[in-house]
Amino acid sequence: MSQTIATPPTVRLDSDVIGKPINRTEGPAKVSGAAKYAAEFDVTGPLWYGYIVSSPVAKGKITKIHAEEVLAIPGVQRVFSHENVPSLAWFDRAYKDDVAPGGSPFRPLHEPEIMFSQQPVALVVAETFELARYAASVLRIEYDVEKHNTDLESSIGEAFDAPKGKTGFLPPPKPKGDMNKAFADAPHKVAGEYIHRAQHHNPMEMFATTVDWLGDGKKMKIYDKTQGAPNVQQYIAKIFGLSKDEARIISKYTGGGFGAGLRPQYQVFLAVMAALELEHSIRVVMNRSQMFSMGYRPHTLQKLRLAADDLGHLQAIEHKALAETSQFENETETVVNWSAILYDAPNTNFDYQLTKLDLNTPADMRAPGAATGSFALESAIDELSYEAGKDPLEFRLLNYTYEDPSENKPFTSKRLDDCYHEGAARFGWEKRNPAPRSMRDEKGLLVGWGVAAGCWDASTQKAAAKAVLTADGHLTVSSATNDQGAGTYVIMTQMAAQTLGLPMSQVTFNLGDTDMPAAPVQGGSWTANSVGAAVKNACQEIGKKLLKLAQKMDDSPLAGVDFEDVQFVDGHLRTNEDITRSVAIADVLAASGEAKLEADGKAGPNPLNMLKYSMHSHNAAFVEVKVDEDLGTIHVTRVVNAVAAGRIMNPKTARSQVLGGTVWGVSMALMEETYLNKDLGRYVNHNYAEYHIPTNADIHKIDVIFVEEEDDIASSIGVKGVGEIGMLGVAAAIANAVYHATGKRVRELPLTIDKLL
Amino acid sequence: MNSFTLTQATAADEAVRDLASHDGAAYLGGGTNLVDLMKYNLTRPTHLTSLGLLPLADITSLPDGGLRLGALATNADTAWHPEVEKRYPLLSQTILAGATPQLRNAATNGGNLNQRTRCYYFYDLATPCNKREPGTGCSALTGPNRVCGVLGTSESCIATHPSDMCVALAALEAVVRVQGPDGERTIKFEDYHRLPGDKPEADNTLKAGELVTAIDLPEEGYADHFTYLKLRDRSSYAFALVSVAVGLKMNGSTIEKARFAVGGVAHKPWRDQEAEQLLEGQTASPDLFRKVATKVFAEAKGYGEGSLHNSFKIELGKRAIVRALKQAVEMDYEVNSNAFLNSNP
Ligand SMILES: Cc1cc2nc3c(=O)[nH]c(=O)nc-3n(C[C@H](O)[C@H](O)[C@H](O)COP(=O)(O)OP(=O)(O)OC[C@H]3O[C@@H](n4cnc5c(N)ncnc54)[C@H](O)[C@@H]3O)c2cc1C
Ligand code: SF4
Repeated sequence: MSQTIATPPTVRLDSDVIGKPINRTEGPAKVSGAAKYAAEFDVTGPLWYGYIVSSPVAKGKITKIHAEEVLAIPGVQRVFSHENVPSLAWFDRAYKDDVAPGGSPFRPLHEPEIMFSQQPVALVVAETFELARYAASVLRIEYDVEKHNTDLESSIGEAFDAPKGKTGFLPPPKPKGDMNKAFADAPHKVAGEYIHRAQHHNPMEMFATTVDWLGDGKKMKIYDKTQGAPNVQQYIAKIFGLSKDEARIISKYTGGGFGAGLRPQYQVFLAVMAALELEHSIRVVMNRSQMFSMGYRPHTLQKLRLAADDLGHLQAIEHKALAETSQFENETETVVNWSAILYDAPNTNFDYQLTKLDLNTPADMRAPGAATGSFALESAIDELSYEAGKDPLEFRLLNYTYEDPSENKPFTSKRLDDCYHEGAARFGWEKRNPAPRSMRDEKGLLVGWGVAAGCWDASTQKAAAKAVLTADGHLTVSSATNDQGAGTYVIMTQMAAQTLGLPMSQVTFNLGDTDMPAAPVQGGSWTANSVGAAVKNACQEIGKKLLKLAQKMDDSPLAGVDFEDVQFVDGHLRTNEDITRSVAIADVLAASGEAKLEADGKAGPNPLNMLKYSMHSHNAAFVEVKVDEDLGTIHVTRVVNAVAAGRIMNPKTARSQVLGGTVWGVSMALMEETYLNKDLGRYVNHNYAEYHIPTNADIHKIDVIFVEEEDDIASSIGVKGVGEIGMLGVAAAIANAVYHATGKRVRELPLTIDKLL
Repeated sequence: MNSFTLTQATAADEAVRDLASHDGAAYLGGGTNLVDLMKYNLTRPTHLTSLGLLPLADITSLPDGGLRLGALATNADTAWHPEVEKRYPLLSQTILAGATPQLRNAATNGGNLNQRTRCYYFYDLATPCNKREPGTGCSALTGPNRVCGVLGTSESCIATHPSDMCVALAALEAVVRVQGPDGERTIKFEDYHRLPGDKPEADNTLKAGELVTAIDLPEEGYADHFTYLKLRDRSSYAFALVSVAVGLKMNGSTIEKARFAVGGVAHKPWRDQEAEQLLEGQTASPDLFRKVATKVFAEAKGYGEGSLHNSFKIELGKRAIVRALKQAVEMDYEVNSNAFLNSNP
C-alpha cells in the first residue's frame, strides 16, 4: 500500500474551475495568428536586422575578419566581432544567469578563441533581413585551427567527479553496504552499459530577439524568446550595466522551449549590444542550424549493475554515469539519484562524472538527467525481472519504496502503485504472455509489451504575482512567468477565478514582462505550483480587502466575520456557515467607491517541509510495440501513461503535457540523435529533415491516466507539476517491449532499424 | 542567398534560350530543392528561368501504348492521375512514399529527377565536400554517413540520389526527353543518373543548358505484380535508408519478367540487370530471392560500423529485396493500412 499523507486541501474542492478541462485562454490568439512571438513585434521607427555568423571550426583562433569587404555593400550597417565589441562587464558573475552551471559562462564575441563549432563569431547588421543574411554569407574570416577533441568514448580517462555549482543539482547518494560482494554472491544479477548521444531541443520557434529602440535615454523594449524574462533581464542588465528598469524583457508567447530557453541565448546578447551601439531597433533571429549550436542533452554513458535474492528482492544497485560538458562550464544533471529513490537495496554505489570536450555546454532538456537515468535504470530493472523469473510489473511492485531511501525521508505522497495498477488494468497487462517472442499480431508481426516507471521532483521556487480588481468587477492578475505551451495562461486564470469566486470571463492573466512581479524560469515542472501559489496569495489579499470593505457597508451581513470563515463563490462573498449571509463583489466595489483594489502575492519553498519530506511525482508507462524482425522496423502502437502528480489543475492542458512527453519518449527511444562528426568536431544533421522527431504517422494510441494525490505538503496548493513526468519511463518501456517482442536487449538509443538487424 | 533576376518562360525553346543567354542561370521548377540550396548558399544562381508557365504539365497517352509525363506535372498530380494509378500503380505508390503532401503539390517531375543529394556535408558549407567543391575532400568517408551509399561509390564521393520516384522510373525503364541548345534528344533512364567516379559534382548526364521536357513510360506497367518498399528512420517525411521498387510479370508461380531498382544505396537508382535475369523464367521462392539479393550486394562496400555509419545497409538492402520480391509476387501487402512501411498519403 502506498503511504499517503492526507491533509485537507487548502484549495476548495467545490470549485467550479480548478480541475476542469478548460480550453487555453490564449488558444484563439495562437490559432488566428494574433499571438506575437519575439521575431514578430513591430517597432517604432525603422528596424535593422542582425544575422549571426557561426564558426566552421571547433577549436582555434580567429586571425582575420575581412569586415571591410562586407561593409562596402550598400545597406550593410556594421559588422560586430571580438574586434569591435564594446567594453562590457568584466567578471564572470555578470554573465551568470539564474540557472547557469558552475564554470565560466560563454561570452559572445568576447575574444578570438573558438571553443566549439558553430560558436557565434560575428553579427552582420543590415537594413533588410535578406541583405544581412547575404552579407553574413560572404564575410570572410580566417582561423588558426587547433586540434579539437569531441570524442567522449575516447576521453573516459579524463573524467572527474561532477562538481556542485548548479542550483538543483544533487550529487550522487552515498554508497551503502558492500556492492561488490553483494553482487558476486547474489543468485540473480544483470550488468549493462547504456548509451545515448547528444539530442537537441529543437523547439519549432527559432531563438529570436527584437529590440525596440525608443530613443537615447529611454527604456528599450526587448522582445525575446525565452522561458524566463526575469532571468534574461538580470543577465542583460548586469552585462550592459543597465538598471533592471532599463532592460525590459517581454516574452508573451514561446513557441516551445523544453529547456533550450532556460538560459539567455546568445542572440539576445547580440541584439541588445547592437541596439545600444547603433542606437537603433534591431532584430536577430537564429537559423535552424544555429539551433544546434546551443545547449543539448549530453551524450551520456551509463553502467548499471543490479542483483536480487531468490525471492526477487533487490540486494545491490550500482548506477554510474559519465556525461560530456564544455571546456568552460560544468553542466550537471541529476542522472543516477533516481535509482536510489525508486528502488532500495542494502548495497549500493552511485557515481556521476563529467568529461570536458570541445563542445558547447549542454543544457537542461525535458526531464534532464531523469530521462537519461531512468532509461538505463528501468531497462536494467526489467532485465533483472526476467533473470529472477518474475513478471516485470510484479517485480517492480515487489521492490516498491514507501520511503525515499536516498534521503531516508517519507514521501509527501506517492501513488505510483496505483499508477501501476490502473495503468495495467487499462492496458490489459494480465493478458501478457511472459515469454519473449511469444506474441504476434494477425499479420505475423512480433508484439511486445513493456512497462517502466519514472520519478521527478515536485519543487517550488520563489514567485510573485500582482492582482488588480477594478470597479467594473474585472480581475487582472500578472506575473513575469512564461508559457511555452504548458497552459500557464489558462491555469493561472483558473486559480485567480477560483480564489475570488469569479467567472473565467471576468479574469485576465498576463505574463512574460519584466515590468510584472518576478517569477522563476519556466522549467523543472515548478511553474504551476510556484506561480499558482503566488497568484492565489495575491487574490486572497484582494479577498481580504473586499471583506473589510464589505464589513464597512451598512448592515453588512458579513459584520464580525473572520476571513477564514468567508468563501468566494459566484461573484459573492458569503460565510461558510450560512451561505445566505452574502454580498455581491460588485456591490462591495460600488459601495466602496474605490476605482480599483490592488494586492501582491508571494510564494516560495517551505524549507521545513523540504527537510522532513521527499517530494516527487511518479508515473508508469505501458507500451505495446510491433516489430518487423526481418526489416528491423519498430512501431509503438499503444501507450498507457499513468501519472501521479498531485492535484491536476486542468486535465486538458495536463493531458496535453503528458501526451507531448509521451511522444517525446517515443522520439527519444526510436529516432532522436544529433550526429557528431568527430573529425570535424561538428554536428552534421543540424536541420529538421535529418534530425528526426516523430510525425503523425509514427504516433498511435496514447492513453493518459491521472492518479490524483491530495498533497498540500509538496506545495501549498497541492500541485506537483506535469511538465517532465510524462516523458519518463516511455523510452525504457519501449526498449523493454522490444525485448519482450524479439528477445533482443538493446541498450543504445535510439532504436533505429540497424539495431535489430 | 544572393540577388537574382527571374524570367517566366512560356515555351520550352524560350526557356532554353533564356537560360543560355544568362551566365550562372538555373531552371526553377517547384523550387522545393533549388530554393533551399540557394538559402544554404551552396547554389548561387544570378538568374532563374522559371518553368512554371511552360505547357509541359500534361500527362498523355502515347501511340505505342506508353504514357508521357510532362516535366512540369507535379509529383502529386502524377501520383493521383487515373492512368498512372491504373497502369503504373508502382509509380503512384512510390511518389506517395516520398516527402509530404505539401512538397509533392509543389515538386515537379523534372525537378524530382534533378534534386541534389541529401548528404549532410553537401548542405554544410563549413565542411569539405567534393560534390559541392571539387577537390576539397569527402567528409562522409569517415564521418557519420548513414544517408550515404554502399554500391558504385568512389573515394571521391559516396552520396546517394535521394529520390523515391526515380527508383520506380528506373524499374519501369522510363525514357527522359530533353531539349537543349542543340535540339532534342532522349536518354534511357539507366543512363540519366551517373556514378560519382572522380567527377562527383555531376549528378547526371544532362548537358549544359538542357531542359527535361517529359518522361516517357513504356507500355508495360506491371500493374498486377509490383511493390515499393521504403525503409526509413520515421514513417513519413524521411528519405529512404533503403528502398526497392519491383515490377514483375508472372505466369502462375513463374516469374516471366522482372525489373527492380534499389534506392538509398547509390549515386543513382541501382539496377542490376544480371540480377533481374536470375529471376526470369524461375519459380518464385525465398531461396531464389536471397540469391538475387546476394548478387545485387556482392560488391557492396560499407563505410564504417554502428548506427551513424552505413555498413548496415548491405544486410538491410538484401532483406529489403527479398521482402519486396515476395510482396510483388503475393500482392497481399497493405500499402497504407498501418502507416508502417509506406505511410502515405
Ligand atoms: C524536407 C524535404 C523532404 C523531402 N522528402 C523526399 C522524399 O522522401 N522522397 C523524395 O523522393 N523526395 C523528397 N524530397 C525532395 C523533393 O521530391 C524534391 O525537392 C522535388 O522533387 C524537386 O522538385 P522541384 O520541382 O521542386 O525542383 P526544383 O527545386 O525547382 O529544382 C531542383 C533542381 O532541378 C532543376 N530542374 C528543375 N526542373 C528542371 C527541368 N525541367 N529540367 C532540367 N532541370 C530542372 C533545377 O534547376 C534544380 O537544380 C523532399 C524535399 C524536402 C525539402
Ligand atoms: S559523399 Fe559526396 S556529397 Fe557527401 S561529403 Fe562526400 S563528396 Fe560530398
